[in-house]
Amino acid sequence: MTVSAVRALFSVANRPEVVSLAGGMPNIADLPLAELGESFNQLVRGNGIQAMQYGSGQGELFMREKICEVMAEEAIAANPDDVVITCGSQQALDLVTRIFVDPGDVVLCEAPSYVGAMGTFNSYQARIHHVAMDEHGLVPQALAQAIVALRAAGQKVKFLYTIPNFNNPTGITQPLERRRELLAVAREYGLLVVEDNPYGLLTIEGDPLAAMRSMDDEVIYLGSFSKTFAPGFRVGWVLAPHAVRERLVIAQEAAVLSPPVFSQFAIANYLENFDWRGQIDTFRSMYAARRDAMLDGLASFMPPGTTWTTPNGGFFVWVTLPEGLDSQALLPRAVTERVAFVPGTAFYADGFGSRNMRLSYCFPTPERIVEGCRRLGKAITDELDMHATFGLGTDVARHRPVSGPAPNVT
Amino acid sequence: MSDNVIVLAGGLSHERDVSLRSGRRVAQALREAGVLVAEADVTASLLATLDASSGAVVFPVLHGGAGEDGALREVFDLLGVAYVGSDGSASRIAFDKAVSTPLIARAGVLTPRQIALPQSVFRELGAGRLVDALIAAIGFPMMIKPARGGSALGCTKVTDAAGLPAAVVTAFSYGDVAIVEEFIEGIEVAVTVLDLGDGPEALPAVQIQPRSGVYDYTARYTAGETRFVAPAELPDDVTEACAAMALTAHRVLALRDLSRTDLIVRDGVPVFLEVNVAPGMTETSLLPLAIEAADGSFSDVCARLVARARERGSADRS
Repeated sequence: MTVSAVRALFSVANRPEVVSLAGGMPNIADLPLAELGESFNQLVRGNGIQAMQYGSGQGELFMREKICEVMAEEAIAANPDDVVITCGSQQALDLVTRIFVDPGDVVLCEAPSYVGAMGTFNSYQARIHHVAMDEHGLVPQALAQAIVALRAAGQKVKFLYTIPNFNNPTGITQPLERRRELLAVAREYGLLVVEDNPYGLLTIEGDPLAAMRSMDDEVIYLGSFSKTFAPGFRVGWVLAPHAVRERLVIAQEAAVLSPPVFSQFAIANYLENFDWRGQIDTFRSMYAARRDAMLDGLASFMPPGTTWTTPNGGFFVWVTLPEGLDSQALLPRAVTERVAFVPGTAFYADGFGSRNMRLSYCFPTPERIVEGCRRLGKAITDELDMHATFGLGTDVARHRPVSGPAPNVT
Repeated sequence: MSDNVIVLAGGLSHERDVSLRSGRRVAQALREAGVLVAEADVTASLLATLDASSGAVVFPVLHGGAGEDGALREVFDLLGVAYVGSDGSASRIAFDKAVSTPLIARAGVLTPRQIALPQSVFRELGAGRLVDALIAAIGFPMMIKPARGGSALGCTKVTDAAGLPAAVVTAFSYGDVAIVEEFIEGIEVAVTVLDLGDGPEALPAVQIQPRSGVYDYTARYTAGETRFVAPAELPDDVTEACAAMALTAHRVLALRDLSRTDLIVRDGVPVFLEVNVAPGMTETSLLPLAIEAADGSFSDVCARLVARARERGSADRS
């Protein structure tokens, strides 16, 4: 199946008959909309002249101060001067790549990694090199070996991009010890680390783990309100060492003059006047029920030979199909059964991932998630049946990388 | 009675995305012609929308599934709603290549050797012996495709025995019946047939030259991936033979208003591949190109098709 055919299939995901386990849209239906409306009303009446004006290229000081409070939840001690506000953390990634990467430079990332980040790296003509993971995330020895081998081959390795909490797409989390080991490798080889942490506060059991940035001030840290509040404001941030921060501000002014000022007023207002920590607790229990529904659904309906991860937060479960199956080839059959997922190949720059799929539990209700697992189980079983009928082997398919669904796919 | 049009696009099929793009293009074209247009998807509220717009003409731009297999058109007839295009039974036959190809062949049109088999036959009888028999009957290279569906989804060219089983399984991911047919090597051509009131007429043939060599989904819907030559650079007698073939297909299958026949010219002789009752209308689709090649206006053609459907609806009611 061609790359554009895969992407086109995601357009059925928004149909109500289809259980979409494909998208990554947070469920924000439970936000206190009436109270928010009232509060925004007051914001426009009282501060409209400033809120609708151009702002600072670095982002408003009051917003950066609030962000430092939010980051303290994950043990980060930061100065508001070192924070740059961006249009979602996606733009933070874009700015960081823009100032560090020249065409042909190497970016290291998890195997597999976030499809949106790889899109950014590709747009700056970076070479993406995946580093092996185990059940605790990136493997430090593999990271060291990759740096040595790539440098020996004359390649410029610019940074490691990692999602230590509930990695997108695998849902895997690096324990604290693993974070320290990875930082030690990075220090030993003089490698910059870019830590992307959109989901950390959505830890289901226990408290959020300390961020890598809390262990090493040289780490560039990307944060976002998209999952802890709402993505439509497009407010994210980057926390960077002083010298990098200055270049980021210049790049940000060149890109958008100033990040969305109204959104910063709105979010700062929300953080000031609403129980945002309580709201995150509400989100955590809501997502916990959905994760449990997915794990129950998978246990009930997946045929033997299928395995999956058990995330303690975030939005995603990573499924490995029985040997011989190809998730990209399975997608049309799944769509016929009215369930959608993202084929694993979207999360590799090198054509791997054909036996994997990413399932998201963030948007559908628990009942729909279980039904989606049932439909998916049927599609996989039917596909296995066809493979057995035709005596197909266990060759691993390699594909051209596919793109993921658009951000507004459910 | 209103004079409006409901452009129906989307639906729940593998070709939903293409349909939405076709629908937007048709809606825009009709608006340019001064027609009042509403756009609708196939949802639980569709019938209520139709009830609320009494006298509206439906312009179905649905690809695959219920939109193309005649089911929805049957519903429009049941409800007395006027619509553009072929009726339910003609659509059902045309949409299923396993049914339409033999009918076209019986009318004396050259078609590829073809065998259609459902999944259950392979499952119940075992695939091995059947696969051998298919190879003996059709030979290589062969094309494997789903019997029902478009946009080349699930289609694979197979050049040796090793590739056959996987290709059949791929076709079965899109539907229950797979077609195994002789691969026809030659120049890919599409001929649009329009009937704006004076009987069916063939528009200039459009020649298809995909950059990659294969007219697959990407080549069909990505701007710049395929070079279209309209009118096709073919000798006059070949062009005439292509037009005649498209008109025969349109007539034999009792199609109405518009259709598009895809064919391959092999050594100067056209071979029929398939006929579409809901041809693509996207920016890279063949029917709009054919209208342009005939110095027509896509907007004008859409409006005239609507007017014709409206007249037909009034005649049925009187």
